[in-house]
Amino acid sequence: MEMFFGQIINGITIGSIYALVALGYTMVYGVLRMINFAHGELFTLGAYMAFTMIVSMNLAAYIPNAVVALIVMAVMVAGLVAIVGVLLERIAYKPLRQSGRLAPVISALGASIFLQNAIMLIWGANYKVFPEGVVPSITWEIGGVSITLMRVLILSTSLTLMIALYVLIQRTQVGTAIRACALDHDTARLMGIDVDKIIRLVFIIGPALGGIAGMMVGLYYRQIGFTMGWHYGIKAFTAAILGGIGNIPGAMVGGLILGVAESLGAGYISNAWKDAIAFLILILILILRPTGLLGERVAEKV
Amino acid sequence: MAFLRLENLEIFYGSVQALKGISLTVNEGEVVALLGANGAGKTTTLRAISGLVGIERGEIHFDGELLNSVPAHEIVGRGIAHAPEGRKIFSTLTVEENLNLGGYSRGKDKEGLARTKKYVFELFPRLSERKHQLAGTLSGGEQQMLAISRALMAKPRMLLLDEPSLGLAPLLVQNIFATIKEINEEGMTILLVEQNAKVALKTAHRGYVLETGKIVLEGTAQDLIADERVRKAYLGEK
Repeated sequence: MEMFFGQIINGITIGSIYALVALGYTMVYGVLRMINFAHGELFTLGAYMAFTMIVSMNLAAYIPNAVVALIVMAVMVAGLVAIVGVLLERIAYKPLRQSGRLAPVISALGASIFLQNAIMLIWGANYKVFPEGVVPSITWEIGGVSITLMRVLILSTSLTLMIALYVLIQRTQVGTAIRACALDHDTARLMGIDVDKIIRLVFIIGPALGGIAGMMVGLYYRQIGFTMGWHYGIKAFTAAILGGIGNIPGAMVGGLILGVAESLGAGYISNAWKDAIAFLILILILILRPTGLLGERVAEKV
Repeated sequence: MAFLRLENLEIFYGSVQALKGISLTVNEGEVVALLGANGAGKTTTLRAISGLVGIERGEIHFDGELLNSVPAHEIVGRGIAHAPEGRKIFSTLTVEENLNLGGYSRGKDKEGLARTKKYVFELFPRLSERKHQLAGTLSGGEQQMLAISRALMAKPRMLLLDEPSLGLAPLLVQNIFATIKEINEEGMTILLVEQNAKVALKTAHRGYVLETGKIVLEGTAQDLIADERVRKAYLGEK
């Protein structure tokens, strides 16, 4: 039983990271009907930027409280990755907005390769290792399950960001505008919504969340490589499909389910089966329920 | 001076010319009907006014300003609201969220928006009962009410209505047109696109008949109703 709860907590931790990355895929798909294949690289970029701030610049030395230092760095990482996200949209996607569906996808694959190589050229091809103790190694024992401060931080950060995003999307006028753009660009324009501006906003929010997720993975596993975005990207993409691509709560739920399934599989079957389980889920969903768990069901009347 | 004026408007979809030089005017306070068969260019004309299609040649003037290069999302702020063909309500948003988006261009004018919302709920009490429902679950007639109300939420000076009768039962069509008349009598200028010429000409002051991208006939509503060509082609008389 303790192992079970341990694995559940493991699963929720990694699942919440998948969810954050999945939100970037699903929001871009929502407003543009395209998969931003370069999103995984923005995640990697977040991890490397955090590495530079923590190791090369030793920013934590200027801020006495470790948790405050982490929050400040997360905000900076989010901002920087968001800038790259906006540039990516402006350079690689916007010029192709009217060119059908295939061209932007190919452009996204190109952008992904470009960013991955740029990261390799800037930071080198070797793995980077975060030092120990960036996040103080505090552990609590609750009912035989040990919970580290790292996990608490990952969970609380992810949860806070997801709730904030949910409130933004569901409860504010700009969120309603984002949902309107996801349904119909032309009609959104008739309402006075600047669709280009909304798309830019999506390319701020998604990459910012992905960048923070990258930073958390760096701190959690302490080792990062320039290809990590592919691995996490495809997992998060699976999570987005699982929840129903284009559906924001779906990405959150999909990420958590995927993380827990993977983690239980790793615990009870074998760690080697972790990825196989994730992709088995992807294949099953695509066959049995291509619209995902929370995919759109409301038909439009004509 | 005309409130809305189109001058020799030409629109292309790729190499196909949809509008071949259209000129028309709408005066303040008028209801003008744009009639014609499928593919005549009626919807294209409205989409051009709203900035949703590029203009090849010609000019669009509204209230003395040239609209040609105004981006689509700024048109509603200039005072022209458009209830598009097929209603195009945001189906997975609630009725109220649809209305709020209709008032998007008015920014944070909360009091004004609340007043307009109250006004459209008086116009269409059904929407008030269903304001928390997803718009996609409304009946066709209710969706049309929502499309018109959403346009009114912008507090426009002019309304573009594209086929408000589309797919509705005759009784419902009469209701909708009675409301359109009511809105006009309160001072709203309306450019109305319709295939149902009979009901449109009953409401409109003047009309234009489009055929394959050209205006072939224009006149007052009475003249058009009396015109033999209109009677034959659009009113189903032999």
